[in-house]
Amino acid sequence: MQGKEGRGPPPLFLPPVATEARPENISWIRGFRRPGVVPGLGLFLVALLLVWLGVNLYQKPSDFLSVALEGLTLGLVYGLIALGYSLVYGILELINFAHGDVFMLGSWISLSVAAHKIGLNETTSGFAVVWGLALTLLAAMAFCGFLNVAIERVAYRPLRNAPRLAPLITAIGMSFILQDVGLNRLGPAPVSVPNILPTGAVFTIGGHEYRWSSLIVAVATLPILFLLIWLVQRTRQGKAMRATAQDQEAAAMMGINVNRTISFTFLIAGALAGVAGLLYALYSTNIRYDQGFQLGLIAFTAAVLGGIGNLPGAVLGAILIGLIQQFNEGLSWHAPSSQWTQSIVFAILILILVFRPEGLLGERTPEGG
Amino acid sequence: MSEYRQPWWHRWTGLLGEPRRRWRAMDARERFQAGIVLRVLLLGALIYIAWPLALLVAVIFGVQYGLPYVPPRFAFVRRGAIPTIILIVAVTYPFYNGSLTDMRLFGAFPDVGTAVIMGVYVIMAIGLNIVVGYAGLLDLGYVAFYAMGAYTCAWFASVQFAHRHIHFGAVGVGSNTPGIHISVWALLLVAAIFTAIIGIVIGLPTLRLRGDYLAIVTLGFGEILPQVANNGDSLGGFNLTNGPNGITPIDSPGFGGLNYLTGSGSFFTSARLFFWTVLVLVAITIFCSLRLRDSRLGRAWIAIREDETAAAAMGVPLMRTKTWAYATGAFFGGIAGAYFAAFKSSTFPSDFSFNISAFILSMVILGGMGNVWGVIFGASFLAYLNQEGLANIGHSLNQTFGTHLEVPLYQFGIYGAIIVLVMLIRPEGLIPSARRQAEFHEGVHDTPLYDTQQ
Repeated sequence: MQGKEGRGPPPLFLPPVATEARPENISWIRGFRRPGVVPGLGLFLVALLLVWLGVNLYQKPSDFLSVALEGLTLGLVYGLIALGYSLVYGILELINFAHGDVFMLGSWISLSVAAHKIGLNETTSGFAVVWGLALTLLAAMAFCGFLNVAIERVAYRPLRNAPRLAPLITAIGMSFILQDVGLNRLGPAPVSVPNILPTGAVFTIGGHEYRWSSLIVAVATLPILFLLIWLVQRTRQGKAMRATAQDQEAAAMMGINVNRTISFTFLIAGALAGVAGLLYALYSTNIRYDQGFQLGLIAFTAAVLGGIGNLPGAVLGAILIGLIQQFNEGLSWHAPSSQWTQSIVFAILILILVFRPEGLLGERTPEGG
Repeated sequence: MSEYRQPWWHRWTGLLGEPRRRWRAMDARERFQAGIVLRVLLLGALIYIAWPLALLVAVIFGVQYGLPYVPPRFAFVRRGAIPTIILIVAVTYPFYNGSLTDMRLFGAFPDVGTAVIMGVYVIMAIGLNIVVGYAGLLDLGYVAFYAMGAYTCAWFASVQFAHRHIHFGAVGVGSNTPGIHISVWALLLVAAIFTAIIGIVIGLPTLRLRGDYLAIVTLGFGEILPQVANNGDSLGGFNLTNGPNGITPIDSPGFGGLNYLTGSGSFFTSARLFFWTVLVLVAITIFCSLRLRDSRLGRAWIAIREDETAAAAMGVPLMRTKTWAYATGAFFGGIAGAYFAAFKSSTFPSDFSFNISAFILSMVILGGMGNVWGVIFGASFLAYLNQEGLANIGHSLNQTFGTHLEVPLYQFGIYGAIIVLVMLIRPEGLIPSARRQAEFHEGVHDTPLYDTQQ
């Protein structure tokens, strides 16, 4: 498969319809497609953001650096969730609303396995922590993966030929059901997770500690990301996934079991959500039954920012969103602070969809005007 | 290569779709017979729950079966009969409400205050039905319009802007009270128009997107507006929304000489007056919605819903038509929000979470997208469940089985299950519109070749 896809690294998941050439002359028939004002306005907003960041960097470089590191860490965790959205969107063109809640249940299962079954807590140390967390990780991945597969089987597969809004609506319904399960398991109040990872400082920048737990969380995401890239790009199953994403019928004619491939994609996406659930629980030491909805939307924004359906784009978008969130909450010069975080993230979502619906790395699809 | 076979468990996981397949395999006569059987079963269940309900439904079914035999000279009876029955039952509801015995399982019949809330939700659901059911645009942020309506009412009929002193037709407010006090009836219209304008402003940049992207963007707006309301107590030093504390004493609308505030007897109680006025609002909403559906604009909406590309090729201006759908839906959302704020005499940012949007959406889905009557049923039923029904059901279940279920904990799971089950088993809703039913069962190719706007 190398060498066939032209120069440059091949995109992991092409958006399904992106290969169709858009007739260029449409803009001549129906007037200007995009007046110069619109990208100009978008660039102006980006420039404003950069100026704001520059002033903050100039005023307190140490704050800026430590906040950026935290943002990177958070962004990598978001990236795991965003990848789940992107994988599913790439293959089914479905926004899997329930994904965020699968992630929330991943946090819940991690907590109950690690703290209640295995009995990890602040005082556990050494190999017990490593083995315990490895077991928890496996449990969370398996649980979330199979949960996601079950959701696909029950709620999405019967509607594959229905109008496109139908599976989206069942996805919202599934999200409600899972959120309710979380509410019953976790209760309405936030549940605190013991500090299993070491909390000492790796290094200190201008009075801000970067903790070991953050470092471990950030580093733990990397092998998973590489594993995913290897899986999608180098294995037979990954090839089947890409083929199914491009054209289900043609893939079926080539002997690919489409249903199984889609189930496999949901399994991978769910397992990623499980990893994210564990890492988020360790990172924030606080889980809530509605975190899936909140963080799921943030991660979805990240996926859209990077170009939905595009896997490297999802990670890039997630890192950007994590940085933006932490800059917003951590910087001092004219930062809107955490009560506006959600509005800012959604404003980014809306602006991206309006100005550049294909995202940063994606290609133009008919979906966004 | 081995033959492809479905694994054995697919049969069981696919059970949900089975009734739909069975139903589609029947011919018209078998459907008619099955319809009678199902109606009789429903009546049996209703007799078990409460005989007055069963009587009402039996009368409606009887009229339904009898209507085809009405001679053509009296064709107007066909259209008017069932709505008239329901209208009479509804208008007189406060009179016999107290003398009805409790339902089994569901407990007491909803009181008049609950009925007002049901009416408000009906207005909202009909508004959302215009966007989702007629035009086929999935709007997950409908609560934003509701919030705009409520806050418009709150700004202009309370002491929120105490440094202003404007009075116009407000009832029951002393002339020295600070703040802006405008008659709530006028504000209903103001709020509706203002919300419709907001709908256009939100719609213009976003309606170019289609399908699921539009859903996400509306969801984004639906999340941003409550947060603005929550943080709006110091927007650059200006207290716009009073933050999480909400704007709380909102003026009550006056009811002519029958104002309960002036104490004109026990007959015209506050709840009854609000109930009858909300019925008038619901009637106006239904009328507008039906007339819009049959208008040129409404047919354009349905054309867009069924096939956007074909509609554009036939000369339907997509952007304008969609924006009108959005504005109209927002208009009714605004009325409902303003009226509800005046009824509760308060508005809080926490009233406007995404859950409300999904709740209203599940009303539309349960009843039947595109069908006003179905949506009215779905909205009243779910609003009743939310207000009283679920708690009552939990109570009677706990009494019967000696369990300790806390039903509010299962509330959203139940709504989610309703959404999923309806979409799987009967995607056209309980009372479908024939046209929508055909779309769901024969399928519509709504994937565009490429976008045709602009």
